[in-house]
Amino acid sequence: MKVENHTERRLEIAGWEVNLRTYQIGDTYHCKADNVSPGANIARSTGKTRDEAEQKAIAKATERLAATKRRAV
Amino acid sequence: MSDYAYPDSLVSTDWVAQHLTDANVRIVEVDVDTNAYNEGHVPGAYGWAWNTQLCDTIRRDILPKSHFEKLMSETGISNSTTVILYGDSNNWFAAWAVWEMKMYGHSDVRIMNGGRKKWLAEGREVATETPAPGSAKYDATGPDNSLRAFLDQVMAAYEGRSHQMVDVRSPAEFTGEILAPPGLPETCQRGGHIPHARNIPWGKACNDDGTFKSADELKALYGSEGIDGAKPIIAYCRIGERSSHTWFVLKYLLGFDRVTNYDGSWTEWGNLVAVPVERGTAAAKA
Repeated sequence: MKVENHTERRLEIAGWEVNLRTYQIGDTYHCKADNVSPGANIARSTGKTRDEAEQKAIAKATERLAATKRRAV
Repeated sequence: MSDYAYPDSLVSTDWVAQHLTDANVRIVEVDVDTNAYNEGHVPGAYGWAWNTQLCDTIRRDILPKSHFEKLMSETGISNSTTVILYGDSNNWFAAWAVWEMKMYGHSDVRIMNGGRKKWLAEGREVATETPAPGSAKYDATGPDNSLRAFLDQVMAAYEGRSHQMVDVRSPAEFTGEILAPPGLPETCQRGGHIPHARNIPWGKACNDDGTFKSADELKALYGSEGIDGAKPIIAYCRIGERSSHTWFVLKYLLGFDRVTNYDGSWTEWGNLVAVPVERGTAAAKA
């Protein structure tokens, strides 16, 4: 199998910059969301379409990022 | 890659594609996201899970020597095998595996420049089959603790200002604004950094395609913060995996010979009672 339709884009979720990377392997789209700085994976999902995979990953990322607490320094 | 101090410590995705069936080469994927391997991986590549196969699962430590030997054997790696490591997040945990393999004396271990990201982005072939377990003979040496910094050494280095210390976490972690990377569980009681450490986030060593920056760019990046190898260097992050990436850069791409990875990192220091902690932006670089 070959990896197809690889895309990458940045968006902001819950006040944090997020990198969304999506690609297709076989019949499945895979989507990964990382937190850019430092680049840790915070959500992964699959779907039959790009949109389905991305929306699931965005929903998971939103939930996790909303729980991140900023402190005054 | 020829400008690096040890250019043979890296291979390109093209090189890997040409050596998929080389009997003396073992390719291993090590990811932050331990499910990524199962989606599809470099054909013939084995997969190691950092959280179960590359650490002691009872106490917090690297893999015990006997377990390491067993892992190598089952992966079909002998002492003379050329091992190519790669992974997601720009080889974040692949570098951790390099660090452990070097601690146990494996001489020929290299990183696929650009890692999983580049392989996928290039639309290359992937496989979902897991290779059959190997049964190679492997005798580890060490561990070579000259590659590792323990708490007492880091404390002495802080007190004596004897080392260059580089904190490779994000600026928000470094300043204490957050206690863990966004979206991940908090794992320390206090935020901030070891006083006098310089903040050079690990990812700054990479290009957008996941490959390492050139030797000149890396020299400028670390040199601008005074990390030039004139003194021994200690790299740390939160749990020691991002700092193993920086350790690899400093030791094998820039050629600084006295570089250690403090794998206790902030989950150790940031939970200790009565140790010095500095907060704020003084030394942070966005």
